[in-house]
Amino acid sequence: MASATTRPAPITPGRPRRRRLWRDTLIGWSFILPNFLGFALFTLVPVIAAFGLAFMDWDSYGTPEWAGLDNFQRLWGDENFHVALRNTLYYAAGHIPLTLLASLGLAMALNRRLRAVNFFRTAAFFPYITSLVAVAIVWNMLFNPTAGPVNLLLEAIGVQDPPRWVSSTDWAMPAVIITSVWRDMGYYMVLYLAGLQTIPKEYYEAAKVDGAGPWQRFWGITLPSLRPTTFFVLVMLTIQSFKVLDLIVVMTGGGPGRSTLVLAQLVYREGITEGQFGYSSAIALVLFLIVFTVTIVQFRINERRNAT
Amino acid sequence: MTALHDPPADTRRPPRHAAPTDPAGSRHPRARRTLTYAGLTAMTSLTLMPLAWMLSASLKRDAEVLAIPIQWIPDELRWSNFVEIWQRIPLATYLGNSLFLSLTITFLQVLTGSFAAYGFAKVRFPGRDALFLGYLATIAVPWQAYMVPQYIMMQRAELTDTHWSIILLQAFGAFGVFLMRQYYMSIPDELCEAAKIDGLSDYGIYRRIMLPLSKPALASLALLTFVNTWNDYMGPFIYLTSNELWTVQLGLRSFIGQYEAEYAMIMTGAVLSVLPILVLFLFGQRYFIQGIATSGLKG
Repeated sequence: MASATTRPAPITPGRPRRRRLWRDTLIGWSFILPNFLGFALFTLVPVIAAFGLAFMDWDSYGTPEWAGLDNFQRLWGDENFHVALRNTLYYAAGHIPLTLLASLGLAMALNRRLRAVNFFRTAAFFPYITSLVAVAIVWNMLFNPTAGPVNLLLEAIGVQDPPRWVSSTDWAMPAVIITSVWRDMGYYMVLYLAGLQTIPKEYYEAAKVDGAGPWQRFWGITLPSLRPTTFFVLVMLTIQSFKVLDLIVVMTGGGPGRSTLVLAQLVYREGITEGQFGYSSAIALVLFLIVFTVTIVQFRINERRNAT
Repeated sequence: MTALHDPPADTRRPPRHAAPTDPAGSRHPRARRTLTYAGLTAMTSLTLMPLAWMLSASLKRDAEVLAIPIQWIPDELRWSNFVEIWQRIPLATYLGNSLFLSLTITFLQVLTGSFAAYGFAKVRFPGRDALFLGYLATIAVPWQAYMVPQYIMMQRAELTDTHWSIILLQAFGAFGVFLMRQYYMSIPDELCEAAKIDGLSDYGIYRRIMLPLSKPALASLALLTFVNTWNDYMGPFIYLTSNELWTVQLGLRSFIGQYEAEYAMIMTGAVLSVLPILVLFLFGQRYFIQGIATSGLKG
């Protein structure tokens, strides 16, 4: 990347060259500056500050003081943090594989030449652009333990004593996961559809000639060819799962009890509601490090697989 | 998206004989097509069921919403819900606020984003790529990790509980720069060189050549930004406390808190909050899908 910044060495180093460089620099910055000012002030500075604050002792009344690793020590013994970390992992463990399977399934089903296929694709994508508040309201009612359609359906197919979903500490997280899978699958379906279209038709034709059935074609051609897409989807899903916040805030508020309290919500609560700026930044840093590590690991695994 | 596919190993064998391709498909094409349509319809109905339920509930009485068995089309369609809600909550104010914020942020994001993208894609100067790397790096940091410092800044600047806080925090995102740069990179440099020889300045090239050429990308960015801002919950939730500043999402959420048992009216509000986005999406879905498929990133 960096090699592109310097122009090839001039044959006769002289003033016009340098003046041109000056002029290009000025022009370049003049294009970037309007966005950069806002970006630097409202994104870059807070990002850097977030790292610094994690090592400070600061609440909304006092002044920031260097605290070293105190915040992290406190974190280690904070039960809320343990619960939130466990819940976040639980959410990720459900949301990542289920969304992946659902979006791949949708893409496979809708990757065909049919007259109405665009209608079906639009329908599958629509939950994703529905506002989160509307989604949470509807699903909360669908999951109503006594009269909600979900439990009526479960009872109709013979499930006795169906789960109490968002009113129960055991079933609130599965309810959130189901809702989030429903909402996000259309988004990742679009990515998978784009991936499916890059697979040359000749592969399938050759396989058919060889007598490979649909199942064999899927495992032998589709899945290996989709590996770059799957990798990308996996990384995106991981990041998205670990930072989940708004769905939880609107749907369960972290409850009942602490059963759906997640890390990002703890950051919000400690930092913005309680004004514990230093401590909440330490939680945020842990959240970032988890996302960062998982992403790096995924990149490594993908590299190794590509090498073999 | 990169297209790195290794050729599958087992398709390279020489064909044994000209086998009839897909025997089941060619013998009963019509039956098979009907089956496919039936399958897809079932799948789509399942996906859309929650939304259909929302629409159906919005036209019922409160007592009918959770009645057993579910009546998908109520006997009496209560369109009056859609009239009544405007008196129950200041919905017009909420919708107006949402519209104002979405339009302002979209305008600023598209304008500054495409402008900066030209600088990153078509002007060469030292430090440019390092700067772009800085933009990219922040996309990888979850917003949740730096929302507290942002909040402190806004609090010190006394901008909390104003629309300014939302606009300033969301209008200059790295996402727009990233999306537009991707597109500008695909426009050949020779075109700009030729325009320069013809006497156009960089600003002229941006306005006369790049902007018209990048209309699809601009549409993608505008639609994605608009929908994201319209649907955003956490931003307004953190910053806006005065009722008259609330967006439709906040208004709807507080409505549930206040009138928990008025199921039908809540659903009516939900339908009205989704409707503008549905219309926008149906008109511009091509740009939506393209924007997502080329960038793969959410705003």
